[in-house]
Amino acid sequence: MAYSDKVLDHYNQPRNVGALPKSDPNVGTGVVGAPECGDVMKLQIRVNDDGVIEEAKFKTFGCGSAIASSSLATEWVKGKTLEEAAAIRNTDIVQELNLPPIKIHCSVLAEDAIRAAVSDYQAKRASRNS
Amino acid sequence: MSQLADLRAAVKLPLYMDNHATTRCDPRVLAAMLPYFSEDYGNAASRTHVFGRTTEAAVDKARAQVAAAIGASADREIVFTSGATESDNLAIKGVAHMYRDKGDHLITVATEHKAVLDAHHALEREGFRTTFLQVGSDGLINLEELRAAITDQTILVSVMAVNNEIGVVQPLAEIGKLCKERGVLFFCDAAQAVGKIPVDVEAWQVDLLAFTAHKMYGPKGVGALWVRRKAPRVRLEPLFHGGGHERGLRSGTLAVPLIVAFGEAAEIAVREQPQEAVRLLALRERLLKGLQGNLEHLYVNGSLDHRSPGSLNVSFAYVEGESLLMGISDIAVSSGSACTSASLEPSYVLKALGVGDELAHTSIRFGLGRFTTEAEVDYAVARVTEVVNRLREMSPLWEMVQEGIDLSTVNWTGH
Ligand SMILES: Cc1ncc(COP(=O)(O)O)c(C=O)c1O
Repeated sequence: MAYSDKVLDHYNQPRNVGALPKSDPNVGTGVVGAPECGDVMKLQIRVNDDGVIEEAKFKTFGCGSAIASSSLATEWVKGKTLEEAAAIRNTDIVQELNLPPIKIHCSVLAEDAIRAAVSDYQAKRASRNS
Repeated sequence: MSQLADLRAAVKLPLYMDNHATTRCDPRVLAAMLPYFSEDYGNAASRTHVFGRTTEAAVDKARAQVAAAIGASADREIVFTSGATESDNLAIKGVAHMYRDKGDHLITVATEHKAVLDAHHALEREGFRTTFLQVGSDGLINLEELRAAITDQTILVSVMAVNNEIGVVQPLAEIGKLCKERGVLFFCDAAQAVGKIPVDVEAWQVDLLAFTAHKMYGPKGVGALWVRRKAPRVRLEPLFHGGGHERGLRSGTLAVPLIVAFGEAAEIAVREQPQEAVRLLALRERLLKGLQGNLEHLYVNGSLDHRSPGSLNVSFAYVEGESLLMGISDIAVSSGSACTSASLEPSYVLKALGVGDELAHTSIRFGLGRFTTEAEVDYAVARVTEVVNRLREMSPLWEMVQEGIDLSTVNWTGH
């Protein structure tokens, strides 16, 4: 399979690989996918008091396109509000990375990972405020 | 990584370690075939002139070489085909159609090549029934299950010699003995076996045997089916009809250059097999020991004891196979990961061994061959180690395992 230059770039120099402390109240963590399906993404965001994502980290088990999709997702969410981040669509990722049809599920997973991280953060906040 | 740089300098990249998929045509084989394109180009069926008689003699020689390679005594038992896919189809459909009045039941194994499995599926659509035997975690069939599966309706048992994904060698002589006792024909797809392990149609008591030139350093597009002529005399319904070449079993003008090359390739492969097996086994052990010395959580798929010498299939847990292939893009290997196939399903062979999908996705098949060197193996060890470590550093599964989490207890979302 031929990979697009952008997929190769993210695969070779993944942005924001790493982990944020899960228990930090300002950190939201999303883990999506399953090992049996061949991809698992963990995406984490650190949100400041203005509701803006200051930092994002990921770890991914999956093919090159899955790694690239999550790497791109961490770049894109940084500096965005939670609402803006949750509005990122998998089709935007497909377009940016030039993913072939067989790799669309990688972008769906990245979208799911962003939303899961946002909901996790929101759930933490809600339990803090209650 | 200056050590990696040193190892890289010692090899010519990209490295080829996918010799199960196909092999490089040996220069000796290429040299043997070339004159038959430009000088001796006669139709081997044109017995009336010297062009035809020259190529007919060349085909006869190749037929004898190919027959000798599998321990067959009579070269008239060889039918040249376009490759193992055609030979598999000719054997299975040819027997089924010819012996239909004797029975409608066929037996094969879940880990066979697609050419064998799909030929059975096609026959099922015509009303034949197939038993697909399961294998153990070592990849081997259970002879008692085979014995129990044979009924008075069974006309053919098809079991491959060497598996193309995991390299495991089935207990062929025992299978042949059992089939003989029960009066059932035994077909063996030996595409991955000739030149790798000793192949002997008498020792295995096989009735039909398929093989192909491009897995033994010959060209693509030529293969053979060996069909026993005596005790029993095996008869076949041909797949296609025409000028009656190959005793009516495979009509079509013989591909003389390819057949000459096949003969040469078979002779060399079998002559060199004993020394080559020792060399390849040493290389494979070097590869496996090297990887095991550098990396933990590495699992060999299939029996190591019953295995073709150049063959190694390993799962690198927590690292998805396609991403690993991408990282080692200067080494040609293949993976059982779904991402590398069009089907989105991981390897059916690994699944049949009971390898979980999560490990099947992390599998890599190394196929060492005639042109593989020690320096190449050392580079592969260093390079795979580097990339597996890098990918594990970015694997959430690896992180969880390091934290002591049992992955089987995690509530995955799936998709
Ligand atoms: C076991 C086995 N059978 C059949 C085939 C098909 O051979 P061919 O490519 O000559 O049709 C292969 C190779 O792909 C094989 O490994």
